[in-house]
Amino acid sequence: MSARAPHFKFRLYVAADTPNSSLAHANLTALCQAHLPGRHEIEIVDVLREPTRALADGIFMTPMLIKLAPSPIRKILGTLNQTEKVLQALGLESAAA
Amino acid sequence: MSAKKNPAPRPKKARTGIDGFDDITRGGLPSGRSTLLVGGPGSGKTLFALRFLAYGAAHGDEPGIFIAFEETQKRIIANAGAFGWQLPELVRQKKLYFVDTQPSSDLIQSGNFDLSGLLAALGAESDKIGARRIVFDALDIVLALLPDDLARRREVYRLHEWLISNGLTALITAKAGGDEASSFGPQSFGPQSFGFMQFMVDCAVLLNHRVALGVSQRNLRVLKYRGSSFDENESPFVIGKGGFDVALACTPVRKEAKVSAERVSSGVGRLDTMLGGGYYRGATVLITGFPGTAKTTLSGAFAEAACARGERTMFFSFDSDGTEVIRNLLSVGIRLERYVKSGLLQMISARTISGSAESLLVRIKTLARDHRARCLVIDPVSTLAKVGNELTAHGVAERLIDWSKAAGLTLVCTSLLDDMNGQLEGGTPLQISTIADTWIHLNYLVQAGERNRGLSIIKSRGTAHSNQVRELILSDTGVTLADIYTAGGEVLMGTMRYEKENAERVAREVAEVSAKLKRVSLDAEQAVLQVRAKSLQTELVAKQVGKTLLAHTTQSHKGEMSRGRVRMRQLRGADAATQGKGGHR
Repeated sequence: MSARAPHFKFRLYVAADTPNSSLAHANLTALCQAHLPGRHEIEIVDVLREPTRALADGIFMTPMLIKLAPSPIRKILGTLNQTEKVLQALGLESAAA
Repeated sequence: MSAKKNPAPRPKKARTGIDGFDDITRGGLPSGRSTLLVGGPGSGKTLFALRFLAYGAAHGDEPGIFIAFEETQKRIIANAGAFGWQLPELVRQKKLYFVDTQPSSDLIQSGNFDLSGLLAALGAESDKIGARRIVFDALDIVLALLPDDLARRREVYRLHEWLISNGLTALITAKAGGDEASSFGPQSFGPQSFGFMQFMVDCAVLLNHRVALGVSQRNLRVLKYRGSSFDENESPFVIGKGGFDVALACTPVRKEAKVSAERVSSGVGRLDTMLGGGYYRGATVLITGFPGTAKTTLSGAFAEAACARGERTMFFSFDSDGTEVIRNLLSVGIRLERYVKSGLLQMISARTISGSAESLLVRIKTLARDHRARCLVIDPVSTLAKVGNELTAHGVAERLIDWSKAAGLTLVCTSLLDDMNGQLEGGTPLQISTIADTWIHLNYLVQAGERNRGLSIIKSRGTAHSNQVRELILSDTGVTLADIYTAGGEVLMGTMRYEKENAERVAREVAEVSAKLKRVSLDAEQAVLQVRAKSLQTELVAKQVGKTLLAHTTQSHKGEMSRGRVRMRQLRGADAATQGKGGHR
């Protein structure tokens, strides 16, 4: 809500609803709810449906989360179950503390 | 279609284009199945995989996909640029597709992940270009990112199932342990714990690179191959100009060479005669001898004769530079330079080539193939024993001969005998004397302060050959063989032979002169006798004449007498009848 807090844009590459992908989706949603309420955007790309796009974007392992904004762009691979590590990677460590 | 005709179709194979390897596996990798290629760093895994793909794309109409987990495609293509596989061209024609999948260094990993994204993407691409072959290069890199063994196993199975369902011929490369000790056997998969891949795949190949006695030696071994026989031994291989070259460790599959009855000249006229017409085309000739017994000269003569026939020839010299050899041979009237200029003859100085015996063999093979040589000289082949250990060198020499026979090359190789084992004529360092077809031995005979060269044919298969030792004479007009003198169990050569020859010539001349003399004196005697015979004849005639005259005189005298008596009787006029009777008697 605060004006200076940046807006977060995420893109999550998943492989349909495979266990890892579902888990990552759930973890991401939970994280956003907790730390970025109202200032986040999540785009889901299903590589099974859009394989060409995955190739073009260089995504080979799923699930893969890309933080598009704010810069710098960050890539996080996996189910995102180590919340501390993910927050640190996203630059949200201080907010969590 | 053809497979239906065959009641029990053998597993189809995908040729790799690596000749030796395709021979070992009786045709290549299992088609439509997966193969694991393991090896230490720098053992040639990526190169092997690239060759497999490039060959399929260029020759087998089998487009391929290369998944590069370790290096970027740019670097891979650049690294392979030296081998002439036309990778950029194949990429342009969409016969080859590279996928860069190197995990970026800033990638953060949290929790589990899988390869389904990659496989989905690959499936789409594979359908697009109609891929038949696929390579996962350095799969261990991505597996290392996975948090635990279970996850690794799961992903490998996922990959395996995907490959089977797509029917692609797959080659998966993975690192074996980095240190020397662990690059043998399956325990090398240890820390990565994907050794189970070896059980899963249909074929597993191990590459290793070790140093024996300071000489680098690369070996390849097929660990398993489901549904096919294969050569189980370690086979040396070389990464050379043409890429990957595997030498067969054993030669049971040796194609019987086209046996030819054609004779080729040895370059020395009398030697040809001794051999009953020359060497056989495609034969292997071994020339042994001590240093300086004119081994190089004899092989040079062969090379010159081959070039004179217009046959492409290659001369490998391990001892000296090509130009040196040419200059030295010129001094005995063997002129090779013109053939070098015309391109018929290629002189290779192999002094600079370092490396294992194996790499030398591969170099020889490649160069000879490129030159399209029909005749080959290797001077001396015993060099092979010096680099690397003798055990492998022996195998190399054998394979050299097998290969030259299969290729129909006439091979002349010299072998240096050390003083030690040279004492017995049998001991060639590489033991190749048993497999060579013709074996010519050159020897010194030191006698009366001279050292002369003797040549003898120890064996020559399939040709009647002279049992004589001949003296080899080098002069500025060429190489000739001279008869030697054996007198009272002694062999004469050089000056002594010359003296003997001279003495014989003198003796012959003396004999000729004395014969002439004898004839002349006989002629004279004959003439004298003839004269005497003639005078006697004349005398005889004179006597006969005298005799006739005498008879005549006597008769007329008698007639006179009787006439006189008749006249007297007539004059006396008495007893005419009785006196006349008696006078008539």
